Amino acid sequence: MKKITDFRLIEKKEWARSTFLLLQSDEPLEEIKAGQFVQVHVDNAQHTYLRRPISIHDVDYDNRTITLLVQRVGEGSNKIADTEINATLNMIYPLGNGFTLPEDKNEKVLLVGGGIGIAPLFYLGKMLKDKGVDFKFLLGGRSKTDLIMLDEFASVGEVLVTTNDGSLGEEGFVTQHSVWKKERFNKIYTCGPKPMMMALAKMARENDIWCEVSLENLMACGLGACLCCVENTVEGNVCVCKEGPVININKLLW
Amino acid sequence: MVNETIKLKGLTLKNPVMTASGTFGYGEEYADFIDLSQLGGILVKGTTLNHREGNPYPRMAETPSGMLNAVGLQNKGIDYFVETIYPRIKDIDTNIIVNVSGSTIEDYCAVAEKVNALENIPAIELNVSCPNVKQGGMAFGVTCAGIEQVVTAVRKVYDKHLMVKLSPNVTNIADLALSAEASGADSVSLINTLLGMAIDAETRRPKLSTVTGGLSGACVKPVALRMVWQVAKAVKIPVIGLGGISSATDAIEFMLAGASAIEIGTANFIDPTISVKVAKGIVEYCERHNIKNVSDLTGALEVM
Repeated sequence: MKKITDFRLIEKKEWARSTFLLLQSDEPLEEIKAGQFVQVHVDNAQHTYLRRPISIHDVDYDNRTITLLVQRVGEGSNKIADTEINATLNMIYPLGNGFTLPEDKNEKVLLVGGGIGIAPLFYLGKMLKDKGVDFKFLLGGRSKTDLIMLDEFASVGEVLVTTNDGSLGEEGFVTQHSVWKKERFNKIYTCGPKPMMMALAKMARENDIWCEVSLENLMACGLGACLCCVENTVEGNVCVCKEGPVININKLLW
Repeated sequence: MVNETIKLKGLTLKNPVMTASGTFGYGEEYADFIDLSQLGGILVKGTTLNHREGNPYPRMAETPSGMLNAVGLQNKGIDYFVETIYPRIKDIDTNIIVNVSGSTIEDYCAVAEKVNALENIPAIELNVSCPNVKQGGMAFGVTCAGIEQVVTAVRKVYDKHLMVKLSPNVTNIADLALSAEASGADSVSLINTLLGMAIDAETRRPKLSTVTGGLSGACVKPVALRMVWQVAKAVKIPVIGLGGISSATDAIEFMLAGASAIEIGTANFIDPTISVKVAKGIVEYCERHNIKNVSDLTGALEVM
């Protein structure tokens, strides 16, 4: 069930362009699927009228916490990233559909993240690990400073890295990583910049690999009411906030 | 005990708070957050004769204290509504009102006739003011002759409460309201969105696929309030006020300016529970001011 809840910020880590926020609720958490998101209310921001949709990076039911990775883009995300310890953020959650978990644990799975798009893959990786599924993370950034939380990712599964400038891992885009030549995957989950996801979707289609992408179209309500965040699919325009954000590439027109 | 009931012709609202079309889906989207039966009414998404895919993405741009949208009446058409959606929502204990849209008089009439046959729909809101569709309503809604044509035609096929939603993108909205009244409207609701525009200077591109779109949210409230006041002075039929209402105080201001009831729109996106909070806040205001009937607020503005 969707809920509106205040979460208190209890831990924070900062990087140049992004921030890790560990947030705690007074009430037991609603059930959250990997790939779902929150709509965060932004207080005291003159140019920010609407809530900000942010992927859920991690969930801990015992401690009633969720984790967000927030990239500083504009006023709204900066205000959220500037939240002080013990201050609260008002959120609507959990929203959207989430990734489809594999039925068969013998599947070979690759989780491909770019930039801040790595966020929802962390919680997905934890779910896959719990199910005993064989998976790897492939994370890409422009430069090594874009890639955050790598130790935490490595504690969940094997991490492969590409950077455009070669400052960490293999040089190039995620689609150019040598793992594609060495291994055959039958499921890809991806979240990141649209050009990256488009290249992956193309690759997945050419190689007949099942693939889900997580989209981040501009959104107003987050509830499927306003019909602003639509993606044109084989089924016509669908709301990314409700029928997505996770969509199988066989429904996409790109 | 404050009496919250608002009586309009053929339409009784348990309180003056309704949710505006296009901001509240079919109500179901908000059922996790509020008890829908605590609302005076729900105006469901604009419905046309045939399925409409709406405009291409991007359809939304945030603006200071508001937003622009260019959804373009995406909906699955009236037959889908009647067969699939109506059975799901017809027993919600509030007034479910269908916002009827079209591009020709025949379309409007065909949709209105089909809605007329639905027992649990006590009213329609005739949308002659959508700014996001070519020949889509606003063509009718910006001239008195256009309003007369479409309202007269729909009045002949629709015998329940007929509300006409007016466009603010006109020279004198009171004239349009008078035309709606003379053509048989039972009430007018205003304002629909204001035509606006947003540009991304970095890319030199418009932020909306349609270049222009409809402005809504707190930023439009003073304009909407002024128009409600002007229209309420001009017509005898009830006026339903909307445009940027985000609190009980906002709602009360609209009623003082002459609105018999109000609709909450974009504020639903920021706080999905705002509608019931506003209804509660109106009662508290009345208690504080010893007002017995919420309806006594209508037009109670004291102009110096």
